[in-house]
Amino acid sequence: MSPLYIARSTAVAARSMDGEMMIMSAKDSTLFTLNPVGTVIWQSADGKTPLAEIVERKICAEFEVDSVEALKDAESFVNNLASHGILVVSDEPISFPKRAQGAER
Amino acid sequence: MGELATAAGQEVIIEIGRMPVQVRSESPEFLRMLEGRYSGFLSPGARPVFEFDVELVAPGRITEEDDVAVRFESGRWLIKRGDLFAEWEPMSRRGRIVQSPNPYSIDTALRIIHSLILAREGGLLVHAASAVRNCKAFLFAGISGAGKTTIARLAPADATLLSDEISYLRRNGRGYVAYGTPFAGELAKVGENVQAPLAALYLLQKGPENTMEPIRASEAARMLLENVLFFAQDTELVGLVFESACELVRHVPVYRLTFFPDQRVWEMIA
Repeated sequence: MSPLYIARSTAVAARSMDGEMMIMSAKDSTLFTLNPVGTVIWQSADGKTPLAEIVERKICAEFEVDSVEALKDAESFVNNLASHGILVVSDEPISFPKRAQGAER
Repeated sequence: MGELATAAGQEVIIEIGRMPVQVRSESPEFLRMLEGRYSGFLSPGARPVFEFDVELVAPGRITEEDDVAVRFESGRWLIKRGDLFAEWEPMSRRGRIVQSPNPYSIDTALRIIHSLILAREGGLLVHAASAVRNCKAFLFAGISGAGKTTIARLAPADATLLSDEISYLRRNGRGYVAYGTPFAGELAKVGENVQAPLAALYLLQKGPENTMEPIRASEAARMLLENVLFFAQDTELVGLVFESACELVRHVPVYRLTFFPDQRVWEMIA
């Protein structure tokens, strides 16, 4: 199976509060709150590190969970976030172009 | 004052939250209606931040949209709802509003215009009641039925109502200032045109007795965001509104206020 790469969408606003990551979709204003495991995945979603490596190095090491089960859960989690446009998931490394300056609104 | 405003130039200047907006119309009757509805918020001598021409049309459907749609397109903002079309250019600070001669369409347009401008300035329009007591402002937010109108109605004589429906907040240094608005809710009572530093935000729910407890910033931000008025489908501004809500709960105490609907609840406020 080819590795999965994940990147944070540029169409979101996010902030960590009380140890929880709050993310708002700028497209439809839907608000998401991630638990600590979800927060680690979110913060590691740089588009370059394969999901399996994030799970192995950060999730399993920090939360003492089985790696096979954790990867399965992580894949489900990232696909769910991707369906809401919060994350981008690809089987290739992901890079975003720099944002252009917007017109005055 | 009304006669003077219309005779001078077929316009009124409505100033809410220190932001004067000029509304022009060829209809003296429409302008008189505006002068009555926004009587506490007229600033005839103020220099307007935005200018709008209102084109009155016969009652009926103006656009196809059932729900309000707000978006930025080709350098201008567009507001569309069945009874309303508005557009304006941020660069020229001018625009137009097309509607029938009724007070509700322009009220909607003004709410949206203010929400968009506030978003850039770190402020918010919140679906909440607010009042001033002892020179401090208090905000009461909650879902429909949570008690916003009730708590506004129960306010003691020494409290000044800012709004029973839509509260207006502006960033001021590390704090926030709440302003009165003419955007009335069920009480059909326009707020007073006064301002005060925001001392606390209460998230309301009715219960058998009065209790008050601080809540975590993340929960406070979530609940505040549920009550923020913002309609634009705009990535940048949605991000700014999100940041503003997070900032507000960092700097203003937020409590869950469970209250039994009688005047004793106000003993806990201020």
